[in-house]
Amino acid sequence: MGKSKVTAKKKTKLSLATIWKQRYLLIMSIPFVIWLIIFKYIPLWGWTMAFQDVKPATFNKPIFQRQFVGFGNFIKTFKDRLFAQTMINTLGVSIIGIAVGTVAAIIFAVMLNEMKFLRFKKVTQTISYLPHFVSWVIIASIAKNVFNDGGVVDTLFKTNLHLMSTNSMLIWFVIVFIDIWKEVGWNAIIYLSSMAGIDPGLYEAAEIDGANRFQRIWHITLPGIRPTIIVLLIMSIGGALNVGMERQMLLSNPLIEDHTMVLSWFSYKRGIGNSDYGLGTAIGVFQSAVGISLLLIANKIAGLFGEDRLI
Amino acid sequence: MKKKVSTVDYILVLVFVLVIFVTLYPFLNVLAISFNDATDTIKNINFIIPRMFTLSNYKYVFKDSDFVMPFVTSVSRTLVGTIVGVFTTSMLAYTLSRKDFVFHKPFTILFVITMYVGGGLIPEYLLIMRTLHLGNNFLVYIIPGMIWVYNMILVRSFIDGLPTALQEAAKIDGANDFQIWYKIVLPLCTPVIATIALYYAVGQWNSFMDTYLYAQKLPTLQFKMYEIMNQATMKLDVHGSSNVTTAVTPMSIRMAVTVVATLPIVIVYPFLQKYFIGGMTLGSVKD
Repeated sequence: MGKSKVTAKKKTKLSLATIWKQRYLLIMSIPFVIWLIIFKYIPLWGWTMAFQDVKPATFNKPIFQRQFVGFGNFIKTFKDRLFAQTMINTLGVSIIGIAVGTVAAIIFAVMLNEMKFLRFKKVTQTISYLPHFVSWVIIASIAKNVFNDGGVVDTLFKTNLHLMSTNSMLIWFVIVFIDIWKEVGWNAIIYLSSMAGIDPGLYEAAEIDGANRFQRIWHITLPGIRPTIIVLLIMSIGGALNVGMERQMLLSNPLIEDHTMVLSWFSYKRGIGNSDYGLGTAIGVFQSAVGISLLLIANKIAGLFGEDRLI
Repeated sequence: MKKKVSTVDYILVLVFVLVIFVTLYPFLNVLAISFNDATDTIKNINFIIPRMFTLSNYKYVFKDSDFVMPFVTSVSRTLVGTIVGVFTTSMLAYTLSRKDFVFHKPFTILFVITMYVGGGLIPEYLLIMRTLHLGNNFLVYIIPGMIWVYNMILVRSFIDGLPTALQEAAKIDGANDFQIWYKIVLPLCTPVIATIALYYAVGQWNSFMDTYLYAQKLPTLQFKMYEIMNQATMKLDVHGSSNVTTAVTPMSIRMAVTVVATLPIVIVYPFLQKYFIGGMTLGSVKD
């Protein structure tokens, strides 16, 4: 590869001659650039709607003929009767999910790493991925068998626990549990591959020094994957407000909607449900803006503690 | 590391058996209910071996035109979406792997930016429904999600690792860039093509939100399941023709559909998980 790189390194100048020479490359790429602009960049331009009053009737008007409302849509968002509870739900389900989910994935990865029967390890791992590949609709369908009134858990405890029919914070924990059940095997992969990079010599030295298994996990394995944990934590904190509408909606029902409503769903409800496009977009923009700030803050804090930072 | 097996190892085995049990039990439960007599199921749903074996739930699902069309839609979008996705992604990836391409840099940047920022739900909804009028059109399943930038980068990294001698030889023989991609690069990319084909196929098969938002009149199997689910949570009424000797309930139908919708995934994923995981670690290294 090295030799050919030298000739290719020379920067190609933009001229009619090169365009003609590379016409096939252009034909093969420009349609996708147009596709990208339509489907990814035009929605970004749509953020301008957050500062306008846009309703179905005014949507087709050119942008300068719509009424600019400044931060009006954002003020409307914060004053919305659903906003406070939605924010609490989003942060609640997200923080519990990040905390418990990370710990669960690390514990599972450590256990896989310690397993000495390799065939059995492989089988367990393969089975643990299964729910990851299954859609949320199917997971919800299965979860309803397990947690609904009179479901598997209820019959097991011979009492009605109302796990999916109590309008309270309980549903956050049920949702987090289902999410971890679905993703723990998959999330463990990245920790496991990070553990594979730890120098085996460290374990041998520790063994000679008389460290037992738990001491080796505590003093070698966990510090070894620390950078991975930090990077993944920063990223998940950055995504803390991006709780998917799909999961929340599918695991919800009208009885418990007060505690399952999250920002993305709220944005849909106001934007499409109530046909207030400007308001819906503003909620989405708010979600992105807070997400970026959280990412930067988490990144900064990691830096203050002397950890490797993401950015 | 030495292989001394201690009690801790046996405890670990026990824990893993528990993990396997907890993971599989809900699936086995669904399978058992789908093969169990619907009225018998109502008594107690906690079982993994059918108590009163029957095929009537499946017979109902496969006879009812309500389910045949969604099934066809799901299969078609998976096939078309995967073929289109693989074809377009690999073609684009090849052009962006060419360092001598005049727009190599600007195009790459344009694509990568979209991995980090997006317009969000409402602007996308309005674009598709109000501006492009793709609502309830089969194309809405194919075009908007045609290329995943992440997949494109996977393919591009793979092409970057291929020896360039073949490409250059072909060029000297007078092949144009399209022919080089199609006849030389593409055949060498089989492993990475398998990976992204799977990502696209699983994504298409499992997709639900696009139907919910844009094409409720063109339901997929996943959407149909959502509809029955909402029916079943409201009331367990016996809907199904009364002249059938065994009754069918929304619950048992839902379980049969769940099995049909899960089966392709269960069959495919164990064989190809190595590709999936290979792709995942490749992505994390290259980014």
